[in-house]
Amino acid sequence: MRSPEVNDVMLRVERVSLAFGGVKALTDVSFDIRKGEIRAIIGPNGAGKTSMLNVINGFYHPNRGSITFKGKSRPRMRPYEAARGGIARTFQNVALFKGMSALDNIMAGRTLKMRYGLLWQALRVGPARTEEIEHRQRVEEIIDFLEIEAIRKVPVARLPYGLQKRVELGRALAMEPDLLLLDEPMAGMNLEEKEDMSRFIVEVNDYYGTTIALIEHDMAVVMDLSNRVVVLDHGVKIADGTPDEVKTNQAVIDAYLGVAH
Amino acid sequence: MLYREAGQFKTTYAQDMAMFPIRQDRIAFILLLALAFLVVPLLAKLQIWPFGGEYLLRAILIPFLILSLAAIGVNILVGYCGQISLGSGAFMAVGAYSAYKFGTGINIPLAWLGTAIVIPPLPVLPSILLGGLMAAFAGVLFGVPSLRIKGLYLAVATLAAQFFFDWVFLRVPWFTNYSSSGSVNAPALNFFGLTMNSPIERYFICLSFVTVFALLAKNLVRGNIGRQWMAIRDMDIAAELMGIRPLYAKLTAFAVSSFIVGVAGALWAFVYLGSWEPLAFSIDRSFQLLFMVIIGGLGSILGAFLGAAFILVLPILLDQVPHALGIPISVETVSLLVFIITGSLICYLLIVEPHGFARLWSTAKEKLRLWPYPY
Repeated sequence: MRSPEVNDVMLRVERVSLAFGGVKALTDVSFDIRKGEIRAIIGPNGAGKTSMLNVINGFYHPNRGSITFKGKSRPRMRPYEAARGGIARTFQNVALFKGMSALDNIMAGRTLKMRYGLLWQALRVGPARTEEIEHRQRVEEIIDFLEIEAIRKVPVARLPYGLQKRVELGRALAMEPDLLLLDEPMAGMNLEEKEDMSRFIVEVNDYYGTTIALIEHDMAVVMDLSNRVVVLDHGVKIADGTPDEVKTNQAVIDAYLGVAH
Repeated sequence: MLYREAGQFKTTYAQDMAMFPIRQDRIAFILLLALAFLVVPLLAKLQIWPFGGEYLLRAILIPFLILSLAAIGVNILVGYCGQISLGSGAFMAVGAYSAYKFGTGINIPLAWLGTAIVIPPLPVLPSILLGGLMAAFAGVLFGVPSLRIKGLYLAVATLAAQFFFDWVFLRVPWFTNYSSSGSVNAPALNFFGLTMNSPIERYFICLSFVTVFALLAKNLVRGNIGRQWMAIRDMDIAAELMGIRPLYAKLTAFAVSSFIVGVAGALWAFVYLGSWEPLAFSIDRSFQLLFMVIIGGLGSILGAFLGAAFILVLPILLDQVPHALGIPISVETVSLLVFIITGSLICYLLIVEPHGFARLWSTAKEKLRLWPYPY
């Protein structure tokens, strides 16, 4: 476990419930994410982890409950508004822009930071050109950081899975988010790739000070990386605390291993 | 051996992000421009083969250039932003008729206000550009359904634009200045005080428009807005979660695309046809443009030119073959054969290379860069 640097709360989820018709995805879930921490969300399959992330970045709207991000509560908001507020996201199934190169994918992450409009871009002179080059510089820093220099011009559809995940992380980092949501960043990776990815996550947290919420099934990774863990099962929060507390929690053990009836 | 970028080092991002980062490409592009702007008009002026008798300019090069321009517009919408449109013919028509109205002057009496909207006849260049602007408005209007529907359903919705404008220009006599036959004549082609009527001059007009708009379009698609369009095309949910607003991205794609298509429509009417009726912009034109884009290569500016060349020029060439070989076949048989051969070539091409000519070209270039040691 890494030592937490406890700061003020960045995001507070309060009594959030979400249902699709009769299916209850989340019921009365409350937890908070503190500034600068790595917060893991774990739980068995179908526990509602991804739904939780979707609620946080505005893709789903909760039926009840509220979400307070950076001190502002919001009943309904569109995903691009969440992005504007500083929430970035990677996906369980890689959701890159398949027809574009790795570089263009990460450049697309800079969209919100670019200001010059259509006409400037069409002419591509003066400030619009300067802007494009400045952002290229920032993107190249991310490319260096993620060690993907060699593949920057390759269309992402041609990349192996592990590298696609890395490009996707780069695209999220390009947004310079305050809160980074990672949905199973290590799913389907081998040990070496997992170690690389863990290193990137820790470094993002250390160097950029980005707050990270992470869904992951690999318990070793979760216990090593995260400051605090929230455990969901069947859409209900069953435990919340440091990795050590969660590890010994009877409800968590029951949820993962099953209980004899 | 000629096409090799070894030794061309780039020391700034600006160099790396140039339109043609490889020197040979830059030279080829300049040569192509020189050929189009200097050599072709010179040969045509001197009536040297194959430019004898204006046929090549008037019947092939001018329509090729205008349709390439329209295909660039369609490609921005369909190829880059992934919004299938079957209304391109209609947007060409909007460009053409709006340019015609601006060129001949507009007088809309507003009796209840005791005034009238009067616009005096404008010169040709502003008319054409304003025609493009009107087409952009129409495009945005008919692009609104794209916010809710995708794919084939959107194609059907854009079909509505086609039928609507077909009907408007056929039935509302105001647009044709109450011409009794429904056909209208373009104003004289007067640019900056110069009347440009000969085929060479008309070719110059088209070439200038195409060059300028192709370069602007290329800049757009490799810039921020182009990345937004492609992001919406490839994965709209992820794009939205990254702060790209679907509304803005889709409607700008419709606007830019329709603007270019509208300008092409105005050129088609003013420069190529001279006098025209609504049939010139029927649904056949929409399909033709869509096929050009698909065969040339979705998401490629170069593809628009290649597709236009294929769809427009191939039938004309095939038409000449039996005649040139001296085979006695009736004209009808030839035209049927042309249909059959073009159709099967399209099928064959799409099976061999579904991404069109542009992809063939880029694959060839990639191979050439490594040739003769591909390992």
